[in-house]
Amino acid sequence: MLVDMKDNSGSESEPLLQMKGLRIEGLSENGWQEIVCGIDLELKRGEIIGLIGESGAGKSTIGLAAMGYARDGCRITEGDIIFDGIELRTASEEEKRKLRGTRISYVAQSAAAAFNPAHRLLDQYVEGPVAHGLLSPDRAKEKGRALYRSLDLPDPENIGERWPHQVSGGQLQRMMVAMAMSCEPDLIIFDEPTTALDVTTQIEVLKTIKEIVVDRNVAAIYVTHDLAVVAQMADHLMVLRHGKLVEVNSTGQILKSPQQEYTRNLLDARSRDEKTPSQIPNPQTLLSIDSVTAGYGKGPDILQDISILVERGQTVAVVGESGSGKSTLARVITGLLPTRSGAVSLEGELLPAELRKRGKQQLQKIQMIYQLPDVALNPRQRVRDIIGRPLSFYLGLQGKQREQRIFELLQQIELPESFIDRIPDELSGGEKQRVCIARALAAEPELIICDEVTSALDSIVAKAILNLLQRLQNELGLTYLFISHDLDTVASIADQVVVLYAGRIAEQGPKSAVFQPPFHPYTRLLLSSVPEMRQGWLEETLSSRETQAGIAREVKITEQGCPFVERCPVSIDDICAHSRPPIHTTTASGHTFACQHSAEALLEDSK
Amino acid sequence: MNNIIKILLSAPFSAKVGMIIITFYLIVAIFAPLIAPYGEYYLATPIAYEVWSSDYPLGTDNLGRDMLSRLIYGARNTLGLALTITVLAFLLGGILGMTAAALGGWVDQILSRVNDVFMAIPSLIFALLILSIFGTTIPYLIGTIVILDATRVFRIARATAMNVAVMDYVEVARLRGEKLGWVIRKEILPNIAAPLLAEFGLRFCFVFLFLSALSFLGLGIQPPTADWGSMVRESAALIAFGDITPLIPAAAIALLTVAVNFVVDWMLHRSSGLKDVS
Repeated sequence: MLVDMKDNSGSESEPLLQMKGLRIEGLSENGWQEIVCGIDLELKRGEIIGLIGESGAGKSTIGLAAMGYARDGCRITEGDIIFDGIELRTASEEEKRKLRGTRISYVAQSAAAAFNPAHRLLDQYVEGPVAHGLLSPDRAKEKGRALYRSLDLPDPENIGERWPHQVSGGQLQRMMVAMAMSCEPDLIIFDEPTTALDVTTQIEVLKTIKEIVVDRNVAAIYVTHDLAVVAQMADHLMVLRHGKLVEVNSTGQILKSPQQEYTRNLLDARSRDEKTPSQIPNPQTLLSIDSVTAGYGKGPDILQDISILVERGQTVAVVGESGSGKSTLARVITGLLPTRSGAVSLEGELLPAELRKRGKQQLQKIQMIYQLPDVALNPRQRVRDIIGRPLSFYLGLQGKQREQRIFELLQQIELPESFIDRIPDELSGGEKQRVCIARALAAEPELIICDEVTSALDSIVAKAILNLLQRLQNELGLTYLFISHDLDTVASIADQVVVLYAGRIAEQGPKSAVFQPPFHPYTRLLLSSVPEMRQGWLEETLSSRETQAGIAREVKITEQGCPFVERCPVSIDDICAHSRPPIHTTTASGHTFACQHSAEALLEDSK
Repeated sequence: MNNIIKILLSAPFSAKVGMIIITFYLIVAIFAPLIAPYGEYYLATPIAYEVWSSDYPLGTDNLGRDMLSRLIYGARNTLGLALTITVLAFLLGGILGMTAAALGGWVDQILSRVNDVFMAIPSLIFALLILSIFGTTIPYLIGTIVILDATRVFRIARATAMNVAVMDYVEVARLRGEKLGWVIRKEILPNIAAPLLAEFGLRFCFVFLFLSALSFLGLGIQPPTADWGSMVRESAALIAFGDITPLIPAAAIALLTVAVNFVVDWMLHRSSGLKDVS
C-alpha cells in the first residue's frame, strides 16, 4: 500500500489538499460563533504552506481541519476539505481514522506532552505503523533507527530505547518530528513546533523539519506566529486574523512587499529596534550581586561566582539558553533559593539569604513578573483583588483610596476601568501579562525582575508589552532585571547585558559592547541563531562554523575548565578543558568576558 | 444568587432527582416534630410489632413505638450526626492537608506519615476498639469517626493542594510576604474547593453508612434515641415472617446514598472541566 501511494506522486499538478470556503464555528458563552470564516487553501505535493497570525486567528483550527478534525466545542459548518480526491467532510470516521497517522500526521507544540512518559521512545515510534498494519514491529523499529541515523540524532541505534525524560528538550522535539514520519505520510501538519524553544534548540529542530519535509518531498502545513521562522520553511504564506484571510502570497513576495497593513505590523514586530541606552547623570547602584554561588539540595553549583551590578533606572538583561541558570539567579535575588556563598544587597543594604528572614520593606522593593501569565494569576481572583492586594498589604490602602489607585494602575497598563471585575479567564494572554505588570507596580518596587515575560506571547503582543515596560521605565524610573533567551527582545530593551552559560558569566557589559565584535564565542553562537526575516537564512546559519559546533549540544555544568569547550569552534586543545578561562576587560566601560583568547584574537576572528 | 439558580437548572436529570431527594430528607429532618404523628420515645401501644394500620402507618417496633415517627426522628439524628462528623473531619483533614502541601519539607513528612499510620488500621476494628474501651457516648463516637475520616480528607486535600502550591501565583503570594493562613485561605482553597466539595458528598455517605453499621452492631447511637441503623437491628427478626418493615429504614439509608452520589457525580464532572460534546 505504501508503494502504491508513492507511485501516485507523479501527478504533480493535482493539488494534494484543497479547502474551499471552509467555515468553522466554536461554542462560546454566547452560543456558536464563527472562528474560521471562509478560507480557501490549496496545497500540492512537496509544498509547504505557512499559516501565520496571532492567537485566535484560527490557524490551529484550520490545521486540524486538514485532517477532517474539529476539536471539542468546534464544528465545521461549511466548505469542502478534499485530500487526494477524498472529501473528508463526508468521509466516515473509519475512513478518516485510516488516513490520520498514515497519510496525514500532526506534530504538536510540546513534545513533552506528546510523548507518553511511561513508554520507550522507539516503542512509541512504531505504534502508528504497527497499529495501522503497515509494518511488522521489528521492521518498523529498523526503519525508525534508520531515520534517527539520517537525522543525526546522537547514538541512533540506542536512543530509541530511552524514556522521554532521558533525552534533551531539543532531541525530544526532533524525535516527535521523526515520529510523524513513521508511516511516511503525504502531509504533515506542524503546529508551532519550535515556539518556546531556545534559539539554538530552535535551529536544531528547524534543521530536522527541513530535512524531513524538503528532502522527502512531503507536503506540510506550518502553523506559527513567528514570521521569521516560517520564512525559512514555507513556499507560500497565508496571513490570518480573526479567522479571516488577510493576505496570501509566495514567501518572498510577502517579505519583500507586503500588501496589507497587518502583514507589515507582523514584519515590524520582529525587526530589531534598538533602544538607545538611557543616560543617567550620576549612576547609583541599586542591586549588587557579589560572587554568588548557589545550587539546589545537595546538587552541584548551578550558579558559580556570579557578580552583577544593576544601576538604578537601567535595564540589565540576563541571557542564555535554558539550563544556564537564569531563573536560578532570579530565585536567589528574591530569596527563594538561599545562596551557598556570596552576597546580594539592595541599595547598599545586605539582603538576608532566606526569604522568611527578609522584612516586609525588603520584599516590597523587589517584585517579579513571570513567563506564563496563565499560572501567575490566581484564576479565582478578580483583577480588583489581584492588583489590590499589594496596595493594602504594603501601603495600607483601603476602600475608596484603594479603588482609585487600582484605576490609576489599570490606566497605566492601558486597560479599561471595566476590567476591574474580570477574572483571569476573561482576559487574553497579553492582557493577563499587563495585569501581572500592574500587580508588580502596585507594590511600588525599586526593582522588577522580568522572567521571560514575552516568550509565551505572540510577536505583536510581545512587542506591545515591551513598549509598555519601556514607557513605564521612562515615566517611573523603574529598574529591570530582564531574563530572556530571545536576543531580539534583549536588544530592544536592555542597557546592560549579562551572558550566562552553565551558571557562569561568559560576558557582561554595556549592550553595545556585548553585541559588537569582539564577540565571546557563546554570544556569537546566540547571535547567529536568532532567525532573520529573510529566506535562506537557515541554510547560511547551518553551514556556519558556530552553528555546526554549537547546536544540538546540551549545557553541561563543569567544575574545571570552560563549560563551553565542547561547543566552541575556537577552543584550544588541552587548555580550555582544564583551566578556567581568565577574565578580560576591554576598553569599553565595564565590559568583561571570560575566555582563553584575548580580545584582539577574538576581534580578529570575528572578521 | 441568580448564578447559582442557573447552575442548578443546568444540572442533568439524575442530579436534579438527587437534589430533590436530599431536600426532602432535610425538610423531614428539620420539621420532624411537626410531621411525626407520635413522639420519638412515645410508647403508643403495649403491642410490640403491630402490623401496618391507619393508626400506625408502618406498624410499631419491639417496644410498641410508632415506626413512622421513629423513622422521621431517625432522619434527624442520623443525618445531623453524620453531617457534624463530616464537617469536623473536613476541617481537620482539610486544614492539615493544605498546610502540609503549602509548607512541604519536614512538616509535610511528619503529617503524612502520622496520617499513614492511622490509615493502616482497619477503620471498623479501630472504631470498635476505641468505643468498647471508652464507652459509646456521642462525643467519643464523633471523635473516633472524625479522626478516621480526616485521614482520607487529608490525602485528597494534600494531593490537590500540591498541584496548586507549585503555581506561580502562590509563589507571588509568598514573595509578597503573606502569612501561611492567607496563602491557604485565599490562594489554595478557592482552587481546590470543587474537588473537596465533591469529596464532601462522598465522605458524607461513608460516614452515614459507617454510623449505621456501628448502630447495627450496637456501638453507635444508643437507645432510646431513634436511629436507622439500630432500627434495622431491632426489627430484623421480622424479615423471617415476611414483613418488609425492617427494610424501610435500610431503604432510607440506601436512597439517600444514591441521591448524594447523583449530585456528587455531577459536581465531579463540573470540576473536572470536561465539556459535553453535542
